Amino acid sequence: MMALLLRDIKLAFRVGGGALTGILFFLAVVTIVPFAVGPDLNLLSKIGPAILWIAALLASLLGLDRLFQQDREDGTLDVIIIQPHSLTAIVFIKCVSHWLANGLPLLLATPIFGLFMNMEPLAIGAVLATLIVGTPAITFIGAIGAAVTVSLPRGGLLLAVLILPLVIPVLIFGVSATYGAIQDPAPFTSPFLILCALTLFFSVLGPITAGWMLAQSTD
Amino acid sequence: MSDETTKTAGFWTWFWDLANPTRFLAIANWLIPVLAIFTCILLAIGLFLGFSAPQDYQQGATVQIMFIHVPASWTAMMCYSVMSISALGSLVWRHPLADVSIRAAAPIGAAFTFLALLTGSLWGKPMWGTWWVWDARLTSVLILFIIYMGLIALSRAIEEPTTAARSLAIITLIGFINIPIIKFSVDWWNTLHQPASVSRLAKPAMDAVFLYPLLTMAIAYTTLFFTLHLLAMRNEILRRRIRSMRMSAARKFDSPSASDRK
Repeated sequence: MMALLLRDIKLAFRVGGGALTGILFFLAVVTIVPFAVGPDLNLLSKIGPAILWIAALLASLLGLDRLFQQDREDGTLDVIIIQPHSLTAIVFIKCVSHWLANGLPLLLATPIFGLFMNMEPLAIGAVLATLIVGTPAITFIGAIGAAVTVSLPRGGLLLAVLILPLVIPVLIFGVSATYGAIQDPAPFTSPFLILCALTLFFSVLGPITAGWMLAQSTD
Repeated sequence: MSDETTKTAGFWTWFWDLANPTRFLAIANWLIPVLAIFTCILLAIGLFLGFSAPQDYQQGATVQIMFIHVPASWTAMMCYSVMSISALGSLVWRHPLADVSIRAAAPIGAAFTFLALLTGSLWGKPMWGTWWVWDARLTSVLILFIIYMGLIALSRAIEEPTTAARSLAIITLIGFINIPIIKFSVDWWNTLHQPASVSRLAKPAMDAVFLYPLLTMAIAYTTLFFTLHLLAMRNEILRRRIRSMRMSAARKFDSPSASDRK
């Protein structure tokens, strides 16, 4: 399991891995927002948390189609499926490594992008906390979509379409928890806890469904 | 007790008999005209009652949009429930027609959802003063529409029917989370959309003048859905037969030429 985790992370950071492309995409989305809404710093600091969440969501969707596809192309997936380990655990590990390679760099870049958006340190901290808790849920939900679309030649776009309706709750509670931390009357704890619950729920549902789907897809 | 068991056994044999597409087609051929006639009569009655209903003292003539709008959204949700039950049938019992059912229902459900959104928007303009608000119910129905569209896209993206069946069933089941959200969105959140006023069993919060046309239209929409669904399922079965015939024809065409070459 540990070997699989390390292997996946190493592969992601090598040439052609595409893990760092996610950050570039994140940067690009954040950069085009001021062009669209105008460089008004007050407005930007108001909508900053929402922009960061949307950008992080899109950037995580971008890399999801590589979750199983690369392994399928070089035949690793078939080897993984026929070995005796539980497929659910393997998918879970693959999701964790995918998150470590794709999600974590996004989080590290978030404070810098928060400064671009003229956000308060407290707001940046809140966005960071909600993203740490929320982005694994996106990966776990995405695993289902990646397993469904793994055999398709152009599955990436379809995956995004299928997954987006399912990640809306994550986005809602992530953004509302962030605003809860900044603005006084809105609560922070309850949406944050619901966000944690969503992540835990999908960390079970995602690997089970995706593992089952992968096992079915190769007969 | 024994009577009960024979009854359920009878149901199950009937259910599995349906798995034979030829038998299903025979039943569908008989059922479709009946349902179609029934739908036409109900639609005629419902539309007549609806348009002859008196104008609401607050809403005026726009209340008549309700007779199109409300049954459409009910049918859209019912269609998704039918698809989810079919998805269970396809995954658990491997019922071959369940997959046909999901695939056939998705475009119909999308059409009903679109109708509900469109009429709701037309109704919202005079009543709320806006075509669209990001209210919980409107948003969740819009998400339902996106899910339908995603399912249609998925069913067209995968060529091999059995793989497509599993993927469709899984995604359909996961998307079912949205249905209770739509149903209870008006109770959970304080929304602009009004709460349910028909399903209160004791006393509906609606006058009989409006209630009867609405219920007639609801039954008409339901039979309309099943008519269209059966038609679409029949088409899908025939389409699959043509596909397998083409494949066997291609194989037949292939093998003698291969032997000639030797």
